[in-house]
Amino acid sequence: MESNIMIEMRGITKHFGSVVANENVDLTVRRGEILSVLGENGSGKTSLMNMLAGIYFPDAGHIFVEGREVIIRSPKDAFDLGIGMIHQHFKLVDVLTAAENIILGLPGAMKLDMNQVKKDVQQLLDKYGFELNLDAKIYEMSVSQKQTVEIVKMLYRGAHILILDEPTAVLTPQETDKLFQVLRNMRAHGHSIIIITHKLNEVLSLSDRVSVLRKGAYVGTVNTCDATEMSLTEMMVGEKVVLDIERPDPVNPVMKLHVDDVTVYNREGREVLSHANFEAYTGEILGIAGIAGSGQKELLESIAGLQPHMTGKIHYRNRKGHIKELTEMSAQEIREIGIRLAFVPEDRLGMGLVASMGMTDNMMLRSYRKGHGLFARRKEPHDLAEHIKEELGVVTPSVDWPVGRMSGGNVQKVLVGREIASSPQVLMVAYPVRGLDINSSYQIYALLNEQKKKGSCVICVGEDLDVLLALCDRILVLADGRVSGVVDARTATKEEVGLLMTSEDKKEVQA
Amino acid sequence: MNVISVFLQKAITQGIPLLFGANGEILTEKSGNLNLGIPGLMYMGGVAGLIGAFLYEANVANPIPFVGMLISVICCLLCSALGALIYSVLTITLRANQNVTGLALTTFGMGFGNFFGGSLSRLAGGVGQLSTATTASAFRAKIPFLTDIPVVGELLFGYGWLTYFCLIITFALSFFLFKTRVGLNLRAVGESAATADAAGINVNRYKYIATIVGGMMAGLGGLYFVMEYTGGTWVNNGFGDRGWLAIALVIFARWRPLNAIWGSFLFGGLYILYLYIPGLTRDMQEIFKSLPYLVTIVVLVITSLRKKREDQPPASLGLPYFRESRG
Repeated sequence: MESNIMIEMRGITKHFGSVVANENVDLTVRRGEILSVLGENGSGKTSLMNMLAGIYFPDAGHIFVEGREVIIRSPKDAFDLGIGMIHQHFKLVDVLTAAENIILGLPGAMKLDMNQVKKDVQQLLDKYGFELNLDAKIYEMSVSQKQTVEIVKMLYRGAHILILDEPTAVLTPQETDKLFQVLRNMRAHGHSIIIITHKLNEVLSLSDRVSVLRKGAYVGTVNTCDATEMSLTEMMVGEKVVLDIERPDPVNPVMKLHVDDVTVYNREGREVLSHANFEAYTGEILGIAGIAGSGQKELLESIAGLQPHMTGKIHYRNRKGHIKELTEMSAQEIREIGIRLAFVPEDRLGMGLVASMGMTDNMMLRSYRKGHGLFARRKEPHDLAEHIKEELGVVTPSVDWPVGRMSGGNVQKVLVGREIASSPQVLMVAYPVRGLDINSSYQIYALLNEQKKKGSCVICVGEDLDVLLALCDRILVLADGRVSGVVDARTATKEEVGLLMTSEDKKEVQA
Repeated sequence: MNVISVFLQKAITQGIPLLFGANGEILTEKSGNLNLGIPGLMYMGGVAGLIGAFLYEANVANPIPFVGMLISVICCLLCSALGALIYSVLTITLRANQNVTGLALTTFGMGFGNFFGGSLSRLAGGVGQLSTATTASAFRAKIPFLTDIPVVGELLFGYGWLTYFCLIITFALSFFLFKTRVGLNLRAVGESAATADAAGINVNRYKYIATIVGGMMAGLGGLYFVMEYTGGTWVNNGFGDRGWLAIALVIFARWRPLNAIWGSFLFGGLYILYLYIPGLTRDMQEIFKSLPYLVTIVVLVITSLRKKREDQPPASLGLPYFRESRG
C-alpha cells in the first residue's frame, strides 16, 4: 500500500570530513507505526534522524514525505512537514513553566492568555493520556516530566511524525512503561513514531518494525514479530572482523586493583554506576565494553579519585604488596602513586589538554609543581615533548605549536604519550582511538601493549568490539550502570559481548 | 515644608534617571546582552538632547518650549539608539566580548558627552554660560494647582512629565515582559538562545531590538538629568556614576521592573543622604555616597544564599549565540 508510507529516505549519505556517518541508507516509515532504529554507538542512527529533523543536511540522497520529495533545511522546515524530534538533551527554558515552554515562539494574540493556552494544552494531554502539571517550572521537574513537556511541545506544534532519540536512557522502568503507553496511544491516533535505541527488549516490546544500521550502513528492516534478541544482535554487530593486533600473554599477573561494590550517583541522585565489583591485574589489558553512557566514565573517574558522589571501596596493591585504600586519598595523592587516567571524551581537548598551548606547556600541566620557588622548570617538559614528538611521530611544526591546531590523531598521541611517560602503575584510557585513522590506531595499540609488557595494569574503555576482542585479555561489560559480565577476550564471541551490553536490568528501581 | 518631605522628593528626583537606566538594562539583559555601555549611553542621550535644544534655541528668534522639548527628545533617542546599535553590531553580529564592548562604549559615551557638552559651553560663551532654559522649562513644567495640595502636593506632583513617563514605561515594560507572547519569547532568548532558536524565534532580531530600545530608555535618563535636574545646562562629569548605579539597581531589583521603582527611590535617597545628615566631614560624605553599592552587595549575597532560580540573571547573559556551534 503506497499511501501508507509517511516517510521514505533513499540513498542518504552524510560525511563529516573523512568520517562516514551514513552511506547510502534507505529507510521507510509507515503511517501509524512505531519503527525502531537500532544500532551500536557510531552506527549513524542519530545523524540519520538529524537529517529528517533539519539539523544536518544530507550530502546525497532523497527524502519523501507522504510521497512528495522534500528538502529539509532547518528545524522549522521539519515542523512544517509535521516532523518533530526529541533530542537526548532537551531544549527547554528552565525558569519558565511547562505551558510557557510549549507555546514558545508560536504566533498568537499579543497578550498572553495563559488560561486559554493551558486549556488547549490540557485537551491534548487528555487525548493521549499524559500526566503533566502545566504550571510547574522546568527546573522543578524530573527528567521524565521534562521529556513529556518536549513530546507535548511537538504535538502542540502539529507534529505527526515523532522521532525520539534514546528516550529511555534517562528513565526508570516505571517511567519507561508510562512513556511506552503514551507512544502506543499516539500510534492508535495515527501518528508515526521513530525511536532510536540500542535496547533490544524495548525494541521487541514496543515497535512494529526494526531497521538496523551498522557502521553508517543500512543492514535491513525486519518485522518485530519475526525477530529475536539473537537475530537482532547478529544484525547489529555483524560478522567478526579479523584484526591483526598483537596480544602478548600476561606475565605473572598480580591483583593490582580491587573495585569493591562501587556505586556512583549523578546530580539528580540517580545511580549511574551500581555496585561495580571487579579486579584488575598487572600485565594485562582489561577492556571495558558497553553502550556509551553505561557508567564507563564514572567508573574510571571513581578510580582516579575524581568522583565525589560515590560509595564503596577501591583497594590498590602497591609495588611492595601493601594494600591501600584509594577511596581515602585525594586525586593528587592517587596520581602520585602512579594511577593515570587519560580520558578522551568526544571533545578530545576538553579534558586533559589545553588547546591554545603547545606540547611543552601541556606537558607542564603535569609537572608544574616541580621547580624552584616561583619558577616552573621548562627544560624537562620541553625534552619530554621532543621525546614524544620523536617517539610517536607527532606531526607538528614545533613543540610550541598550539595542540588545538593539530589533527585529532596527533592530539591523541600527545595526550596518551604524556600519561605513559610517567610510567604509571595503572593506566586508564577511554576511547583512545576515537576518530583516528588505522595507522595512528595501531600506534596507540602498540603503546598500550608496551605498558602491559612493562607490568602495568591497563584499563581500556572502547567502543569497537572487534578491537577490544583482539587487544584485551579480559573484557568487562557494562550495561546500564551494572557490570553485566566479565569475559575472556580470547574465547568470547562478539555476539556474547553484544548480548551482555544490551541485557536489561531486571531489578526494581524506585522511581 | 519639613525636611522629611523634601528629602523624599529629592530622593525621587535622584531615583528617576536610575530607573530609566535600569529599565533599559533590564530589557537589554532579558535578551541575554549584558550592556555595560548603559552609563555611556546615558551621557550620549543627555548631551544629544542638549545639543538639539541649544541649536534650536540659538537659531530661532522666539523658541517655543514645547518644540524645543520635542527636538531634544528626538535627538536623545536617536543618539542613544545609535550608541546601542554600535554595541549590538559588535556583540550580536560580530560576537565580540560583551563586557569589553560595553566598557568601551561607556568610556566612549562619557568622552562624547564631555567633549560636546564642553564645546557647547564654549560656543555659549564660556563655562556656566550654557543654558537652554526655554526647552528646560517644558521639561520642568508642573501641573498647576495640584502642587498646592498641602503636604503631599509637592511630593506627588512636584515633578516634570519625564518622571511620570518613566513610571509608565516601567509598568509597560513589566507587562510586556511577563504578560505578552513577545515578552515570553524575549525571556526565552535571554535564558537559552538555542532553545528559542529551535522554537522558531529569530534570536538576533530580538537581541537587536531589545538592546536598541533598552539603550533609548537609558538615554532618556541622561536627558532627564540634563533637562529637568540641572535645568538645561552641562557640567562635565556632572552625571557622575549614576549609570553604574542604574546597573547595580538591575541586580538589586532582581531583573523585575516593578522592584526597580522602589529600588530607585531607595538608591536616590541613599545617594543624597549625606546632605541631610548634619556635621559630616568630607570623607564621611564619600562613605555615605557608597551606600547604594553596599546595599546591592548585600542583596547579591542574600539572593546567592537563597538560590531561588527566578532571582538569578538570565541564564545565557553575556554569551554570544551562534547556531552552527551547537555541534
